[in-house]
Amino acid sequence: MTVMPEIEIEVREGVDRETIETVNAMAGKYKYGWETEIEMEFAPKGVNEDIVRLISAKNEEPEWMLEWRLTAYQRWVEMEEPDWAMLDYPKIDYQDIYYYASPKSMEVKPKSLDEVDPKLLATYAKLGIPLQEQMLLAGVEGADEPRRVAVDAVFDSVSLGTTFQAELMKAGVIFCSISEALREHPELVRKYIGSVVPQSDNYFATLNSAVFSDGSFVYIPPGTRCPMELSTYFRINAENTGQFERTLIICDKGAYVSYLEGCTAPKRDTNQLHAAVVEIVIMEDAEVKYSTVQNWYPGDENGVGGIYNFVTKRADCRGDRAKVMWTQVETGSAITWKYPSCILRGDDSQGEFYSIAIANNAQQADTGTKMIHLGKRTKSRIVSKGISAGRAQNTYRGLVSMHPKAKESRNYTQCDSLLIGDKCGAHTVPYIEVKNNSSRVEHEATTSKVDDDQLFYCRSRGMDEEEAVALVVNGFVKDVLQTLPMEFAMEAQALVAISLEGSVG
Amino acid sequence: MLEINNLHVKLEEEDKVILKGVNLKIGAGEVHAIMGPNGSGKSTLSYVLSGKGGYEVTDGSAILEGAELLDMEPEDRAAAGLFLAFQYPVEIPGVGNMTFLRTAVNAQRKARGEDELSAADFLKIVRAKAKALKIDAEMMKRPVNVGFSGGEKKRNEILQMAMLEPKMCILDETDSGLDVDAMKLVSEGVNALRDAGRSFLVITHYQRLLDHIKPDFVHIMADGRIIKTGGPELALEVENNGYADILAEVV
Repeated sequence: MTVMPEIEIEVREGVDRETIETVNAMAGKYKYGWETEIEMEFAPKGVNEDIVRLISAKNEEPEWMLEWRLTAYQRWVEMEEPDWAMLDYPKIDYQDIYYYASPKSMEVKPKSLDEVDPKLLATYAKLGIPLQEQMLLAGVEGADEPRRVAVDAVFDSVSLGTTFQAELMKAGVIFCSISEALREHPELVRKYIGSVVPQSDNYFATLNSAVFSDGSFVYIPPGTRCPMELSTYFRINAENTGQFERTLIICDKGAYVSYLEGCTAPKRDTNQLHAAVVEIVIMEDAEVKYSTVQNWYPGDENGVGGIYNFVTKRADCRGDRAKVMWTQVETGSAITWKYPSCILRGDDSQGEFYSIAIANNAQQADTGTKMIHLGKRTKSRIVSKGISAGRAQNTYRGLVSMHPKAKESRNYTQCDSLLIGDKCGAHTVPYIEVKNNSSRVEHEATTSKVDDDQLFYCRSRGMDEEEAVALVVNGFVKDVLQTLPMEFAMEAQALVAISLEGSVG
Repeated sequence: MLEINNLHVKLEEEDKVILKGVNLKIGAGEVHAIMGPNGSGKSTLSYVLSGKGGYEVTDGSAILEGAELLDMEPEDRAAAGLFLAFQYPVEIPGVGNMTFLRTAVNAQRKARGEDELSAADFLKIVRAKAKALKIDAEMMKRPVNVGFSGGEKKRNEILQMAMLEPKMCILDETDSGLDVDAMKLVSEGVNALRDAGRSFLVITHYQRLLDHIKPDFVHIMADGRIIKTGGPELALEVENNGYADILAEVV
């Protein structure tokens, strides 16, 4: 574990106090559950070849992209929805979903964010996401050296715009929506799309390949350290609409980028589908940090409403000594099905996965990672912290695979579960395959309860019950929170506490 | 300071009566010790006063400076000035000792309508108090009680007490698991907090601790009642003869 310098610890102590204040202020409300009232344009409900053509046309895509989508669609029709996950939900009617929803005002593509409907901009302001370049991400005010973050704002099926593009371009960094990339840099997209998550990788990824409407595209040229953090903020607003975004990140030789992703949705009593694909290509000596704070609407206490989150994320360490680090804080969604994975192809490449997954009330999470060791002396590390409360079920599912050529490779897995109350469940399903005799795999797993003694100890020192739970849980997830960029760590810490509101007593 | 009247307590889940009419009056600035054989109800008394779950008060009252403790949530009792030094301090993995202490101090300040301490002020105060208890910076960074030795845990309890500045301190077998040096250190910590406005209730099996923390009164508890009260000499009597004589005398 990294030893944190003292100064940083001081800051985090401040964060605890803030967490508690935030918790008290919010009193258990999902903060982002409001809706933006805006005129929308929908494609007809359901999915078929015409819808695929329509989405492709809306994005003014090259012909090959449409062909690619149609092939995916044809494959998807033949596939069956997987049922191996420890998830229980009614059958999804894929013909009862809107696959394309865009604000009317976006029909004529705005040239810059200044031309975007103020109502849409106000939505992001209310979410605390800065879309003006002089603004800073909420939470960093007063920090010694305020950091700038470039944002791509995706609203339902379309990207509204991307900040700091000109400045990033000076460094050679391309950061734009994937629809823009398909128009401006089609050769790059064509070369890499589907090269990490193949078109027919799995049911949800195949559907995404056919109907993805937007998402983010990042290219970092060789030897470049991206001058600021990049982020995408996904907002689902329209009712009965699925969000299918596709993100493609290419980090060329010796380059570095840290990318953040956040997501929220309004409160509704119907379920909404979110099926995303993220592909990351990492060349020799390059490094990518990918952080997610997933806060989709989780549904109410009785399990009514909420987002079905079926996501395929994968990074390919294609070059030697390439490095990827996934950090995820999964607090939202009614259903989470997500396994951000690392293909450690290059020799000496490294993959890390840090996860906090919280399931409260009727939420269900089946999440984990896959570490595929192909290259020699590849290393991977998995730290998973699952928290279950209410009637929730939380499963860690992970694969560590050491291929015959992955000599002298190593994996370390630590998988901890925390239970709050006695009606929830935690499950750990590790798959380990080792096909050479010089590699080492370590797996540690623990399950513990936030016990009455801990809560009483805190309360006897003056903390109320909510504060006590927040403190104990934040302690449990500390190792993972420390891997997040500071701005996200604060948000995540607050979220952890809020997601568990009402889980005791 | 604290007045316990006719306190009757049973276990919530079972029909087992533990306290059968405890009466105890502790004046401001006084140090009272409670001794007694195992199972006499000493620890239960400390838990019931501080509000631990699992017990049902069937009769009686416990008034701290005019306010009924038994009606309050544990955190409100703490804010009102009650403190329990645990016999077995609880481990909280991942939560830094310093963070825990600061959260506690500020929670109480907030409950009392006072301003929270700034990080700088808090650090200054905690460093001075920790030093007196030979608690170093490294121990403040470690997670609360995790991997602490017996002595470290008890010193940490006293540090919390020193930081929270309660009016009524209950020490539940603080001497258990301590070697001679650690006991001395802990006792010095407690003695430094003795004050005309602060009272102590020291629960112990052994007279040894009372050599260091000199009580004004010693009570003997047996079968859920206080059966005998005296001065420090009563503790010596127990030390020399055990409880048998006293028990026989009362029956």
